[in-house]
Order: sequence, then structure tokens, then C-alpha cells
Amino acid sequence: MSGFTRHRKSGAAVATFSAFEADLLRSLASQLIELLRNETAVPEVAESDDPLEALLDFSGPTLAPEDPVLARLFPTAYPKDDEAAAEFRRYTEADLRNGKAAGAAELIDTLEEAGLDDQPEDGVFIDVELAKPAAITWMRSFTDMRLAIATRLGIEEGDEEFWYGLDDEDPRSQVHDIYEWVGYLQETLVQAAHK
Amino acid sequence: MSAPSPVELDEPVTDDLTALATPWVTIVWNDPVNLMSYVTFVFTEYFGYSKKKAEKLMMEVHEDGRSVVSTGSREEMERDVQAMHEYGLWATMQPADL
Repeated sequence: MSGFTRHRKSGAAVATFSAFEADLLRSLASQLIELLRNETAVPEVAESDDPLEALLDFSGPTLAPEDPVLARLFPTAYPKDDEAAAEFRRYTEADLRNGKAAGAAELIDTLEEAGLDDQPEDGVFIDVELAKPAAITWMRSFTDMRLAIATRLGIEEGDEEFWYGLDDEDPRSQVHDIYEWVGYLQETLVQAAHK
Repeated sequence: MSAPSPVELDEPVTDDLTALATPWVTIVWNDPVNLMSYVTFVFTEYFGYSKKKAEKLMMEVHEDGRSVVSTGSREEMERDVQAMHEYGLWATMQPADL
């Protein structure tokens, strides 16, 4: 595990992943895509009295997602104005969902183009080289993965002691290790890309 | 050369134009997940702020729990809030005087 470094000549962010690490990243990205497409990003049509209007109203959702992870990924823009918040959500959430899903899909494509097979074997290493736009896409996906894991675990400010004190056998401890690892990748990627 | 001729000024009126000109702000809130380095990166990358200014705003978010990161028209702030959500930052918007 060495994270990202900056390639001196090209300025690209480069990293080498073991097959296990690359497979884990692919799995996290796939779960993110599934989550983003899981809860429908379309409005409830029952609210409209006009059937034609209801059928034509496929522009986007107006209420915050029920899933806490999705609620964190798509925060309410106007906390004190429900109407404006609904309007903002209607016009932005579908694009945000598609953008985040496309970013995660790009991460998977890059890993697979770099040699990650369906059944990766031990001893295989995956080299990735990210120019700045790709580096930003990966950073956003790392962020979405970490927000998702943190919301599921219930991570809060300054609670590191709790997580480090968990028994190794506790599944939450293993998930927290993955959270920290993606955070390490994020930190090194930001350092490699920030110039 | 001549001095500018005196102009008669109307009394200031409070009307829709004033309301339209009311500035809005984008606020980024602290969360336990996003890394300080990443938040700074986003502020330099998206807003084009200097590293110094970006770090100052990031520290405000970190220590005060929130920071006003941009000011402008309502439409501009909606773009900024959406962009922050694309980056995974927790952002909201409101009129500047609230």
C-alpha cells in the first residue's frame, strides 16, 4: 500500500494497486453506482391532480432521499425554504446522481483497462496514471465512497478512539479499516494533484 | 475640460430591483469525513482562490463549523452549491443578510 505519487515528468498522479486492492475499489465503486440508481430519482406522481401533468413530470425529485447516505450525497440547498429546496432538488439531483455514477464507472473502467480481470489473481499489479481531470473524478468518487461508509457506520467528529478500540473481529472494525484506506488514497491523490 | 454638469438624483426607492440585487451566499459546513487537504483543493480548483485564501476558508469550516465561501446572485450561488455537492461537500445557500 503506497498510495498516489506525482510523476515527475508528466505531472500525472500514479499508483500501483495489488489485485486485491483494485478489486476492492471496483467493488466499492459498483456499490456506489447501485446505490445511486437504487432509490428512484423521479418525483412521486400521486401528488398532482392533473394526470397529464403528472405523466409529463419526469424532471426530477423534490423531496430529500430517504436513505441517509443519499441524503448526505444530495444535501438540502435551502434549509429554511422548503419550496426553494424542492425546486433546486428537482433541477439538480438527477444530474448529480448521473455525474457521480459516471465518475464511479470511469474509475472501474480505468482499473479494468489497466488489467483488472473479473477474477483477479494474486501477484497481479494494477498501475494507474491519472491526468488532472481523471484525478478529480477519482477524488470525487473516493469522497462519495467515504461519505457512504461513514454514514453507514455512524462516524462522527473526533470519535477515532472508539473505532481504534473495536475488536479486530468486529465487522465494523474491518469496514472502518477500508474507510481509512480510502482516506489515505484520497490524501495522497490530493497531494499528488495539487500544484 | 468642463466640470460634469450637476445631475438631479431621484430619491432612493426600495422596489423589486433592490430585491433582485440582494446578494446571496454559499455556505460550506463542517463534516467529519472530508479531509482538510481535499476541502482546500476544492476551493482552489473550483473558485480559483489562492492557496492562502482557500486554507483560511477551510480552517473556518473546520473550527467554526461553517464558512461563507462565495457571494453573488441567487443563480450564481445555485451553481456554486451544486458544484460543491458534486465534490461531496455539504453546502447550503441563503440571502446574505440572514
